[in-house]
Amino acid sequence: MSIALETAAATRERVETPFRRFVSEFCESKLALFGLAVFTFIALLAILAPWIAPQNPYDLAVLDIMDGRLEPGSKSGDGTITFWLGTDDQGRDMLSGIMYGLRISLMVGAGSALLACIVGASLGLLAAYAGGKTDSAIMRVVDLQLSFPAILVALMILAFLGKSIANVVIAIVVVEWAYYARTVRGTALVERRREYIEAAQCLALPTRRILFRHLLPNCLPPLIVIGTMQVARAIALEATLSFLGLGVPITEPSLGLLIANGYEYMLSGKYWISFYPGIALLVTIVAINLVGDHLRDVLNPRLKK
Amino acid sequence: MRTGIRAAGMAAASALALTAGQAAAQAPTTLTMAVGAPVTSLDPHFHQLSPNNAVSDMIFDKLVDTDAQARNIPGLATEWRAVGPTTWEFKLRPGVRFHNGSEFTAEDVAFTLQRLPNVPNAPSSFAAFSRPIQRIEIVDPLTIRFHTAAPYPLLPLDMTNVRIIDAQTHANVTTEGFNSGGLAIGTGPFRVVQHRSGDRIEFERNAEYWGGAPHFQRVSYRMITNDAARTAGLLAGDLDFIDQVPTTDIARLRNDPRLHLSEIVGLRLIFLGLDHLRAENENSPHITDNDGRPLGRNPLRDVRVRRALSMAIDREAITGRIMDGAATPANQFLPPGTFSHVADLPPIRFDPDGARRLLAEAGYPNGFRIQLNTPNDRYINDARIAQAVGAMWTRIGVRTSVEAQTWAVFVNRAGRQEYSAHLIGWGSNPDGSHPMRNIIATASAERGWGASNRGRYSNPRLDALLVQAMAELDEGRRERLLVDIQRMAAEDVAVIPLHIQTNIWAMRRSLQHSARVDELTRAQDVRPATMR
Amino acid sequence: MSVYLLRRLIQAVGVVFAMSLIVFIGVFAIGDPVEILISPDADQIERERAIRALGLDLPLWQQYLVFLGKALQGDLGRSFVFNEPALQLILQRMPATLELAFAATIGAIIIGLPLGLYAGLRPDSAGSKVIMAGSILGFSLPTFWVGLMLIMVFAVQLGWLPSTGRGETVEVLGMRWSFLTWNGITHLIMPALNLALFKISLVIRLTRAGVRETMLMDYVKFARAKGLSPFRVTFVHVFKNILIPVVTVTGLEFGSTIAFSVVTESIFAWPGMGKLIIDSINVLDRPVIVAYLMIIVLMFITINLIVDLTYSLLDPRVRLEGK
Repeated sequence: MSIALETAAATRERVETPFRRFVSEFCESKLALFGLAVFTFIALLAILAPWIAPQNPYDLAVLDIMDGRLEPGSKSGDGTITFWLGTDDQGRDMLSGIMYGLRISLMVGAGSALLACIVGASLGLLAAYAGGKTDSAIMRVVDLQLSFPAILVALMILAFLGKSIANVVIAIVVVEWAYYARTVRGTALVERRREYIEAAQCLALPTRRILFRHLLPNCLPPLIVIGTMQVARAIALEATLSFLGLGVPITEPSLGLLIANGYEYMLSGKYWISFYPGIALLVTIVAINLVGDHLRDVLNPRLKK
Repeated sequence: MRTGIRAAGMAAASALALTAGQAAAQAPTTLTMAVGAPVTSLDPHFHQLSPNNAVSDMIFDKLVDTDAQARNIPGLATEWRAVGPTTWEFKLRPGVRFHNGSEFTAEDVAFTLQRLPNVPNAPSSFAAFSRPIQRIEIVDPLTIRFHTAAPYPLLPLDMTNVRIIDAQTHANVTTEGFNSGGLAIGTGPFRVVQHRSGDRIEFERNAEYWGGAPHFQRVSYRMITNDAARTAGLLAGDLDFIDQVPTTDIARLRNDPRLHLSEIVGLRLIFLGLDHLRAENENSPHITDNDGRPLGRNPLRDVRVRRALSMAIDREAITGRIMDGAATPANQFLPPGTFSHVADLPPIRFDPDGARRLLAEAGYPNGFRIQLNTPNDRYINDARIAQAVGAMWTRIGVRTSVEAQTWAVFVNRAGRQEYSAHLIGWGSNPDGSHPMRNIIATASAERGWGASNRGRYSNPRLDALLVQAMAELDEGRRERLLVDIQRMAAEDVAVIPLHIQTNIWAMRRSLQHSARVDELTRAQDVRPATMR
Repeated sequence: MSVYLLRRLIQAVGVVFAMSLIVFIGVFAIGDPVEILISPDADQIERERAIRALGLDLPLWQQYLVFLGKALQGDLGRSFVFNEPALQLILQRMPATLELAFAATIGAIIIGLPLGLYAGLRPDSAGSKVIMAGSILGFSLPTFWVGLMLIMVFAVQLGWLPSTGRGETVEVLGMRWSFLTWNGITHLIMPALNLALFKISLVIRLTRAGVRETMLMDYVKFARAKGLSPFRVTFVHVFKNILIPVVTVTGLEFGSTIAFSVVTESIFAWPGMGKLIIDSINVLDRPVIVAYLMIIVLMFITINLIVDLTYSLLDPRVRLEGK
């Protein structure tokens, strides 16, 4: 925590110009701006869902299986709601389901990617910088972690802690952190041999400072590539866990669970149950990546002209 | 005591032989079938598991066979009767040979029964079927007698589970010996050519089968656990026949001109078990008042609450909308046409208003909160059904949350009585005492009852009647006792029955299948369609 | 070098040891396999018997010691479900998974590397935008969904490829391989593609990122200034540098491909280790889970070792001995 504060403070005192430069550079790409706009729209949809969705899809009292599997545009049995995107097997309005599902998927995706990134990058940096026993110890834990199938990890964690969204996030972090650690270590191993680190070491700067002020920024580009992909991967992993019956609670479906549920209806032509959540997932991930791709270019110190 | 059985068996056998003869000319040589549940072993006495039993049925025979309705018919025994209160006599079929040519005799039966409790490492053995037998007496090579400690009416039924192996060939056989395929030698209609564990089993027919040569030269028996992949394989023409048709695909397969379905109301009941373990003044683990505070009592011990919960469920909606018609609303353990089915038991009315009144009467005018637990990988649409029930309960004021877990987690927790309400199924044998002994009889290790009574329902009067029924050799009197028990269980809402599943298979138009109530998928039940 | 290898070996033993302990405790916490395996109508006597037969009546630490004792003699226990040695079960299924993972990895490189190079060298062209957009599809669509779509299109609608399963096999070196027969290859295409999708996207993105970065390096600028042909610059100077992340990630991914093949294998009914492990997890078949994870962990350690060694070959700045 103190590290984060320190770096944040450091950024502020150093800057004003770099930040503005960052903003102006970011705005150069229309595509990235478009991605940001779409993402903001999606995030707003997700955040405002309880107020703007036609139905609360998590309230079992409003679901009626007699409204189940209705085609897009149908009206509910009591005539109160029009299901613009159809309904699933429980009579859940897909539009509302998608809005609420976005909330959960974004929470799971962003939350787990961020946590995994913090844990993984810190350990990876440490391993590369410290070397020796520390490096071996951390990397063997990485080996151990990477070889555990995500499904077994999720099953153990969800069996221990019970099913909840927070526990799914924990399971995904446990599965994913090792990827960050491995990647960051790989890059950092190369970087720490460079002159600027040796110079910093000669100046007897504190390790923490070297790690986070000098080494980390130079390891950022691959980290951002992996990071933006991991948000997507975390969302997809959550969908896969749901497919295997290990995901979020069934009465609070995420996008992934909606897709997994509708998957079984694909052969019978009731495409809307998994098609629309799939589109929503796709658009979200494309938007995140448009922003992420460009961020990487902007933040990469070596791409500076 | 079972007059007519022999005649019926003979007729069935000759009918089989007849169609076999007709079909031989145009019969396709290979049948490719796919099943949804993996077969784990070819050892017929290693693991008491439906997929294994189905494959065992193709390789081996039993003394007493069962027809598609799960009624006992002659198998390797041509007739049987109780010659004394504790003695059963079986007459064996003459001239039957094992795949390797050795002859089938009473020695093989005795050998098989001795092996049952002695299969090393068996995770679920067949020992229970030999345990009531105290002494085996070989009268002559084709007559065998079983002596039991007490009168035991279920012995012929037990014999429908025991696949006979060869005393010589299998003298020191191991499970691995069977699994390799080499020693999977029985008297059955098919012999094993190759076994690739978890993937497929290749069979060829036993042309000398005593019941008539099978219709297909070869059978490729594949295991495809993913439902959609099985359906897709059939649609793509890679498979001829699949089992466990997902309810979501029924409509599509029915409308495909190249395909058709075979179906039959099965013996598997889906029901809700309720917490009877906690006394009236104790808290049930997943029940709270509407603000999430402990209730201080267990409402499920009040029969009015149980009845209200049962009346709140629209069974027609579940069978129609979620099961796509592949289930029948249930009010008791067994479907019509089975032994001890109670024909005049009224269906459970869907009556939410009545349910609310009953709740108010029981002192819960505003309901309470409950968690309904369900597996999500065990029964057809299990988690979907639980969600629908949750919505229906919520509508009468019992605010329900639904938690779905994989079977591995669920069954352990349910077995430790950690749930207040749980959805579970019971695949019965066609004797009404079977679900009663296991699900609603008081759990007792001495009697061996109630091992699956996960709600811990206990009713001494019901137990007493069941004790009586289990010692009754007269079928008529036994059925009346079981009917009384069934009425008592329904009156007391011991469990909340939901529906009985329909077993569905799908195949090419060129094939015909006699659908079985016991869910077993066996190649001998498939034959080329006769001319249309 | 040999000291380094020896040290890695000792660490590997420690990791395997730690892993078996975690699995023992983890599986124990999930539940009792007998509850799952036993026939529902088994009575209490039969349940007791099954628990004893599987050695589950002992306290957990004793079960673990029994396991360790046997493991030291090379016996990893017998599967509860199959009653066959766990190791043998896994080795039987290994070729199927290996060929699937290899096909997916090779496919990912063959498809991903050129596309990534193109996208990196011409970042603003329409083609590269299409490639990048396509690569997003690759990792945003859930594998199970894509798998079913592949089956629907190529097997059911077009009828070009067989829907599921493994094709004919040929026995080589005592193992059965299907990639040596035409029938086997047709069965392999869809599952391999399904498994490769994520990796193709990954390789495209890593290659593109690497190319874009390297093109701005001084030595590349210098090479270009010297008048070397663009071909030579690309394939000698740039290519060698971008290989590091690609090698790391592909290597790592090979391991996770095997670990993640579970979903693909179950959709395509591919009789490999992934299907075995998911089935084993579902019934808590502990001996198989432990043995499987031991093999996987050893494989990961080996792959990581190879990746580290390759690093030092590709990039002399990385030295293996550390400080």
